[in-house]
Amino acid sequence: MPTFAHFFETLLESYPVFFEGLWLTIRVTFVSVLIAVFIGLFFALFKISQSKILNWIANVYIAVIRGTPLIVQIFIFYFGLTEFNIPKFWAASIGLALHNGAYIAEIFRGSIQSIDKGQMEAGRSLGMSHTLAMRRIILPQAFRRALPPLGNQFIIGLKDSSLAAFIALPELFSVATTQGARTFDEMTYLLIVAVYYLVLVLIFTLLVNLLEKRLSASD
Amino acid sequence: MVEKAEMIRVEKLNKSFGDLHVLKDIDLEVNESDVVVLIGASGSGKSTLLRCMNFLEIKNSGNVIIEGETIDPQKNDLNKVRQRVGMVFQHFNLFPHKSVLENVIEAPLMVKKIKRSEAEKEGKELLAKVGLGDKANVYPNKLSGGQKQRVAIARALAMKPDIMLFDEPTSALDPELVGEVLSTMKELAKEGMTMVVVTHEMGFAREVGDWVVYMHDGKVVEKGHPSELFSEPKEQRTQDFLSSIL
Repeated sequence: MPTFAHFFETLLESYPVFFEGLWLTIRVTFVSVLIAVFIGLFFALFKISQSKILNWIANVYIAVIRGTPLIVQIFIFYFGLTEFNIPKFWAASIGLALHNGAYIAEIFRGSIQSIDKGQMEAGRSLGMSHTLAMRRIILPQAFRRALPPLGNQFIIGLKDSSLAAFIALPELFSVATTQGARTFDEMTYLLIVAVYYLVLVLIFTLLVNLLEKRLSASD
Repeated sequence: MVEKAEMIRVEKLNKSFGDLHVLKDIDLEVNESDVVVLIGASGSGKSTLLRCMNFLEIKNSGNVIIEGETIDPQKNDLNKVRQRVGMVFQHFNLFPHKSVLENVIEAPLMVKKIKRSEAEKEGKELLAKVGLGDKANVYPNKLSGGQKQRVAIARALAMKPDIMLFDEPTSALDPELVGEVLSTMKELAKEGMTMVVVTHEMGFAREVGDWVVYMHDGKVVEKGHPSELFSEPKEQRTQDFLSSIL
């Protein structure tokens, strides 16, 4: 075990190399979760649609994604689909986006279905089409309700992005293993990277809480 | 007496939910400026009948004729039809993520696509009319039940409907808040609005109703002027119902 002094010293000294990895981790996470939110919204709407075909497509997507490991999905995009020559950043981002999309689809489906049926009826009774009422009345309320589980999913996505180290994307975790191997001081660097993830998650949790508070002003 | 235009006609209407036959061969007409009050026990089908009139429920057979036009839910654009038939719900169903004024102007803006300035002007007038001119920028969660229901009435009126349907508008209210909603409805009736009202407020039916329709077990048992129906009901079942509640 490293001494606390050694750990602290290394933490302070190593920040230039960690910050590069940190920036990459943040970019992969935001890009993949943003895409995942759109994927999730579409598949949630497929799932609650009247169309059996759309239901089926959504069910298959969710079953396949949830039933297979994320690392396999990322490897398929990077090592599997070699003919497409997908860059590491995008292989990781797309893999994470498709993965989180399946979970976010279920989050959105639940939150949409949790909105009182009277809301849709009120919209329809005013002459709104189903689509318009969905867009103007249901989805804004559903999104608000989805925020806590979405924040949770974002945190999972942030931590899962460490799997991109296995396709040699130089993100946070990859920096820690590289530095550890170089110095034979693995434990110190693993503890440092753990601190980075923990601080990121705490900051993000705080931001989600603030957002929730602002949005719930009308509840 | 001048012949009044026919606003709604329901012919041989049947509606089932699965095995449950809720409406059985209903015939009913509502003429211009009429206030028709539907009364009856819970489960008698009065709310379902009302909901068939703006196609929130789709009949199994029979006809629903709105202002002379037989509406076929497969062919007619129901969104257009519903613009002429406003509805007020038992649980208000205000949009909680929108302010009171935004609730009122949402459909005029998004459905009729009128200008925002015009919509806001009309919306504020309507809110003033229901006595809530000072609540325009408040969110629904800050309102009492009676205030919510008056906003819901203003919201329905903002589409300038020809007919207003009220589905137990005071049933979810604390007793002391019932009066303010009823008096708003009374005013609307006085202005000549055609209204179909499902309610348990017999005072309102007696005072404001032009016609009272008693429903039992999915059928119209008796229809009459309130003075006749309340004082000398022809049918035994109507007598039983009235004596049980009055």
